[in-house]
Amino acid sequence: MTTASLNIADLSVGTEIGSRVIEISRADLIKYAGASGDFNPIHWNERFAREVELPGVIAHGMFTMGAAVQLVTDWVGDPAAVVSYGTRFTKPVPVADLEGGPGAVVAVTGVVGALDSDAGTARIDLTVTLDGQKVLVKAQATVRLA
Amino acid sequence: MSINPELQGRSYRLGEIYSVGRESIRDFARAVKATHAAHFEVAAAHELGHADLVAPPTYAIIVAQRADALLINDADSGIDFSRVVHAEQRFTHHRAIVAGDELVAELHVDAVRGMGGGAMITTRAEISTVTGEAVATTVSAILVRGEGQ
Repeated sequence: MTTASLNIADLSVGTEIGSRVIEISRADLIKYAGASGDFNPIHWNERFAREVELPGVIAHGMFTMGAAVQLVTDWVGDPAAVVSYGTRFTKPVPVADLEGGPGAVVAVTGVVGALDSDAGTARIDLTVTLDGQKVLVKAQATVRLA
Repeated sequence: MSINPELQGRSYRLGEIYSVGRESIRDFARAVKATHAAHFEVAAAHELGHADLVAPPTYAIIVAQRADALLINDADSGIDFSRVVHAEQRFTHHRAIVAGDELVAELHVDAVRGMGGGAMITTRAEISTVTGEAVATTVSAILVRGEGQ
């Protein structure tokens, strides 16, 4: 088990687990739509998105949530160690239709927010921002440690 | 049409079995930019003690949204899908989802709160295997925007 490398006794509240940048293009949203079955046109149709008073095509909240937790998965070493994960979606992530570059860049950082040595779990608090503004609020994942 | 206040307490059964396949796990993992080997290589999953490829932590949303669709598409609910915004999401995993799982779900409408001309609806999907083993509980809050919201 690669999770054995992480021991709860070595962690303390406030320990940083790392950071990551997620580049998002329109093609990523089409891919996510296909893989998840969420074909809401606000995530791929500019005209439709504007008709329903959005600034343009926006990323699936679940795309951002799903991509952000990869920081935790890679840190803990086993995707199955994530026993719970939740967030509130506070701001949409508009994804521009740009040539030769991402239409949005989201930054993710994570810290240990709480430890429960009886349960053998750690709560990781994620900060997920677009241009310095939080797009996920109270994004927290609880992981089971060795 | 406004949201039917009597939705609270209703439940819907997603009886159609969702068969979790390896390619579905790989496609979903690529779609959320996951790179962990346990999503892609069976040997890597075995090494971690899993029976087969492991789904990413938010994979259960596929089944949860199929269950949510039973409510949204219920003609009696009054929900206009084009005005739905995802407000909150939570996953509790009773065990990891792996390739080969045959999943069903029971959707519960836990709360309906009027907000201006719209409503906040909280649903909970209890996802289990066809043989009744609990796999995941997902809770979603969706905001149905009213006119001008």
